[in-house]
Amino acid sequence: MEAFTRVEGVVTPLNRADIDTDQIIPKQFLKRVERTGFGEFLFWDWRGEEGFPLDRAEYAGSTILVAGRNFGCGSSREHAPWALEDFGFRAIIAPSFADIFFTNCTKIGLLPVELPEDEVHALLHAATGEPGSRVEVDLEAQVVRTPDGREIPFPIDPVVRERMLHGWDDIALTLAHEDDIATYERDREREGPATTPFA
Amino acid sequence: MGRTLFQRVWDDHEVRAADSGGAAILYVDLHLVHEVTSPQAFDGLRLAGRRVRRPDRTLATVDHNVPTIGREAGVTDPLSAAQIAALERNCAEFGIPLFSLRSNRQGIVHVIGPELGVTQPGMTIVCGDSHTSTHGAFGALAFGIGTSEVEHVLATQTLTQGPPRTMRINIEGRTGLGVGAKDIILGTIGQIGVAGARGHVIEYAGSAIRALSMEGRMTVCNMSIEGGGRAGMIAPDDTTFAWLEGRPAAPVDFAAAVDRWRELPSDWDAVFDREVHVDAASFAPQVTWGTNPGMVAPVDGRVPTPDDYDDPTDREGVVRALEYMGLRGGEAIEDIALDAVFIGSCTNARLEDLRAAAAVIRGRRVAATVRAMVVPGSMQVKAAAEAEGLDDVFRAAGFEWRDAGCSMCLAMNDDFLQPEERCASTSNRNFEGRQGKGGRTHLVSPPMAAAAAIAGHLVDVRTFDTEMEAVS
Repeated sequence: MEAFTRVEGVVTPLNRADIDTDQIIPKQFLKRVERTGFGEFLFWDWRGEEGFPLDRAEYAGSTILVAGRNFGCGSSREHAPWALEDFGFRAIIAPSFADIFFTNCTKIGLLPVELPEDEVHALLHAATGEPGSRVEVDLEAQVVRTPDGREIPFPIDPVVRERMLHGWDDIALTLAHEDDIATYERDREREGPATTPFA
Repeated sequence: MGRTLFQRVWDDHEVRAADSGGAAILYVDLHLVHEVTSPQAFDGLRLAGRRVRRPDRTLATVDHNVPTIGREAGVTDPLSAAQIAALERNCAEFGIPLFSLRSNRQGIVHVIGPELGVTQPGMTIVCGDSHTSTHGAFGALAFGIGTSEVEHVLATQTLTQGPPRTMRINIEGRTGLGVGAKDIILGTIGQIGVAGARGHVIEYAGSAIRALSMEGRMTVCNMSIEGGGRAGMIAPDDTTFAWLEGRPAAPVDFAAAVDRWRELPSDWDAVFDREVHVDAASFAPQVTWGTNPGMVAPVDGRVPTPDDYDDPTDREGVVRALEYMGLRGGEAIEDIALDAVFIGSCTNARLEDLRAAAAVIRGRRVAATVRAMVVPGSMQVKAAAEAEGLDDVFRAAGFEWRDAGCSMCLAMNDDFLQPEERCASTSNRNFEGRQGKGGRTHLVSPPMAAAAAIAGHLVDVRTFDTEMEAVS
């Protein structure tokens, strides 16, 4: 995956809570067997609603999405982060994220940033009131920088941070411990699922 | 200090502990695969020249995208056909057992795992599907993953994981007649909210959980994700062992396995990060009125209004949900008329669910204004139901009797609602557009869905019988 160090760009405000992955990418687009090309279907059912931010020219080219709490709840479909990334977003800021969605983002180099609810509301307010307002998300320093020069720190698992900063391949990292896996299998193998005879 | 069920399973699967520098590496005992979230993972393996480490610990089926009618003619939608063909090719190439469309073992991935007996206490089970939590009903640690992690498990048979927090939900009391597992979990989500268990693995405990059948426990654990939980687990007991005994993949030395499994439950002095208490005896049958599973009310209640909420974000959410659902707020739940009824999904399409629905329907007719459908969870469930004559009960009442799959739970195939159509559904999500763009979903239990199909509107299954007698 692509390394993530710092992203500066226009903020798109999406002031709704509990946005589920069915909204981010509806099921009719999950039939594709490719990993790319989902961006044009992002928020498909909400596009065209009056004033929907992703339709507005002021937010064109935006790289940072700011949304309400529990973003990405529901289905585990990684197509949701793929669609957000393919559309052009590099970071999502919200008060909280659903667990599976959060992990899925970190696996593809899309940075989920958890900020306190009042800070998120301030960003939503600024981006709505002054469309085109920008922020910088700095993973190395673990801060979000606002136009008025404030630095808002955010938490992230140090292992995840390191992996995203370097764009490391998760599978290769694990396979470096292949001996440990083989040892585990040898020492602790339990009866496995016997599936083939019933086909 | 004692250990929890979760901690035992976790400890038993640590290939490398989290404090060894880097993330914990957790071994995966069983990896379930389906057609929608796997093709890109297999492509990734090929690109990197990697193999599937343990095809013998991997099991695949087709469920999300399959037709539930007219299978003899093949899959007519070209995109669906291509996705199913891709899984068949990938499983053949990597040596993974597959129950495809023509297998009598095909079915929803979370129905066939337990049915085969490959789901067992103390295991770690993952799948590229958020309802993998279903398997936690057996005392397994089971959770959904994305496609990158699917690829990771295929290549390494492990996952890198940060340890989650633990939460025990103690559900005590006897449920009343007509109130079951679905009502317990919907009521619980209503209490804790859709993000209530975020970051936590749930253990469901208490007398109401112990009293449930395995089917009921699967219904409860299935919807853990709708409360934001990473996984949901229930301590294995004699109910669990009796259900597993004699299943095709049950351990050969079953008695020895049971002895091991009896060691799993949480110790009396185990400490959880959070404890929640739920009173099952207080629950009426539950009905969702909004666009997430936490927007739920008792069937004898009313749809709320935005003024019932203090938090401004909640209020805005309710305004939007009511508008989408075509409700004003304040109407009696039982006055809501329906266009469709769906009995199916990994939440409620096992044999016990179909029996419970059939018991309500027997000898009655679906309302003229309603189209009703039963989609068994697996072809084995379908065959078992037919052996008992349940298909005749459903057909005679005017239900369509279909082949197994996810069907109208997520409406990826041809089974979907038209805009503004209103459906009582035994599935797990009432999100906007979930059952079809513009479709309106009310989540209910199988008996509640059955009663609603007959009545033509949402109705309290507890008083439904007497009402029907008064009419006839």
